[in-house]
Amino acid sequence: MSNCITICPIGVVEENFLARISKCIEKHHDLVCKISPGMEKPNYAYDERRGQYNSKLILKHLIKCCPQDTLRFIGVTHVDLYVPILKFVFGLAQMEGQCAVISIHRLRPQFYNLPPDPDLLVARVEKTVLHELGHSLGLTHCRDRRCVMYSSTRIEDTDFKRSDYCPTCFELFRWRLDKCLTNANP
Amino acid sequence: MMTKMPRILVVDDEAAMRQSLRDWLMEDDYEVDLASSGEDAISMARDRSWDIILLDLKMPGMDGLETMSRLKKVIPEAEILMMTAYGSIDTAVQAMKEGAFDYLVKPFDPDEIDMLIKKIVAHKELVLENILLRKKLAERHQYDEIIGKGDAMQGVFDLISRVAPTDSTVLITGESGTGKELIAQAIHGNSNRCYMPFIAVSCGALPDSLLESELFGYEKGAFTGAENSKKGRFEMANKGTLFLDEIGDISLKTQVDLLRVLQQRELIRLGSEEVIKIDVRILAATNRDLQKAIKENRFREDLYYRLNVISIHVPPLRERKEDIPLLVKAFIEKYCLELNKEVVKIAPSALKLLLGYEWPGNVRELENVIERALVIGSGKEIVQEDLPFSRKEVEPSALPKSLRMMEKLHIERILDESDWNISLAARELDIDRQTLYNKIEKYQIRRGQA
Repeated sequence: MSNCITICPIGVVEENFLARISKCIEKHHDLVCKISPGMEKPNYAYDERRGQYNSKLILKHLIKCCPQDTLRFIGVTHVDLYVPILKFVFGLAQMEGQCAVISIHRLRPQFYNLPPDPDLLVARVEKTVLHELGHSLGLTHCRDRRCVMYSSTRIEDTDFKRSDYCPTCFELFRWRLDKCLTNANP
Repeated sequence: MMTKMPRILVVDDEAAMRQSLRDWLMEDDYEVDLASSGEDAISMARDRSWDIILLDLKMPGMDGLETMSRLKKVIPEAEILMMTAYGSIDTAVQAMKEGAFDYLVKPFDPDEIDMLIKKIVAHKELVLENILLRKKLAERHQYDEIIGKGDAMQGVFDLISRVAPTDSTVLITGESGTGKELIAQAIHGNSNRCYMPFIAVSCGALPDSLLESELFGYEKGAFTGAENSKKGRFEMANKGTLFLDEIGDISLKTQVDLLRVLQQRELIRLGSEEVIKIDVRILAATNRDLQKAIKENRFREDLYYRLNVISIHVPPLRERKEDIPLLVKAFIEKYCLELNKEVVKIAPSALKLLLGYEWPGNVRELENVIERALVIGSGKEIVQEDLPFSRKEVEPSALPKSLRMMEKLHIERILDESDWNISLAARELDIDRQTLYNKIEKYQIRRGQA
């Protein structure tokens, strides 16, 4: 297993947009990002009553398709995600697992009746990916509002926090990552 | 180990709801149990307790209202959040009238559930802080000298005198009740920092989030409920000594924070940008096997080596029984003075009994036994009958019939025997500390009441 994070578009996601996200992640950490071939729109996870997509089912599908040579496999989609008990989620990760999925739907300024802002959108996606990546390495939510591991329950939380881990979460992130790489390549 | 995060029970007949709620809550590091019916929840409550119960209102069999009323009888301290669909809000309001903390309409807004849980946690932390403060107030002053003439303790004294004048970090190990805090006070008292503060923090007694605030402080608005800025214990101990007791009980996250402060000798309060330089000597203590915790990935090796610059092991009382007569004499003098009694002696047969006992609670237990003997004894010497080991079996007919009263009495007895050392008592009772605090509140047990 390498230190490669694979980003997988689910449904149509603009290529240059994915490239920007992967650059952002590589910029901050010793990780290599690669973009895998896309997956079909996840119609299997669509709930007609809610008009949303069940993120848990998408996550299950990602686990099934996860490449062997990747450290983490992160799905990025435009569809609106939910878990049964919540009205929506920005993303969902397997705690200490390999896969995660994030949704761009509620990260777009247009969702809040604001004009499009590509830079803001990339920043939001970057934070959401790093947040779910943290969960996938076993990190839980941080109390520091500025840390990327702060729980975003509203878009304002995402905008307030920085696109990086606080020193404590960063240290834990590195520690878990090292353990993960050591366990995978003893 | 590490059971400090609030424990939550989710009761819902729909598996998808239970599981997605558990996943969501676990991202916040909560310990989560699941029950698929009211009956299940009640059966689980026989040997477990929770801080918060998320309870579905409409379930087949026992409904939410009945489940709540029955759970409240078993775990009155648990706060209940009712979960309901739009159609049954009236019933949810009824549930609040009957004691639920609040209700949530399914599906929840992530913001709403997050806020409600934080509100309950903050409320419960305040209650816990109150209990701890009350306990602290009720605590008597500890015997202020360490007693021991045997080789084992002489070795400890020798180490104290050598490490005290340095600024080295010291890890004090030893079983509960061996007097690790006294050793720390002795090191501080014999150091160049002796006129500066000695601040002790019982890391194991505080929930993780509260410990973080206690140690490092926070700025106003750093998190929900932070209405004013607060100095942490590190800042309070500046120029002096910070004693971190029960260090083996802290979470991995706090370990990272601690390690950084130890390495950089500076900290940042939660919610602040300002770097605060600190000059603090660290003394830490634990009764846990940290090497084992490292192997199990529960304790960071780098922190262990940072703390374990010099280590002092305090031997258990059973390994230094030659000190018992000296300790008994000192405790008799101390408590006779406190109880305004003429100094008494100890009968040889009673001393023999003390020497033959294994002292699982160590010096603290011995001190407690002597105090008790002086309170209940009326003669000019402590005799065998004044000691708890010779207590006659209680007649079964004298025992209360109610299970609840039996539990209360048993907890009181164990707390009494462990001199209100919550960690020790919880271990003896085979429950976690939080559950013990909950039961102390539930039964309104107070020190000296047993």
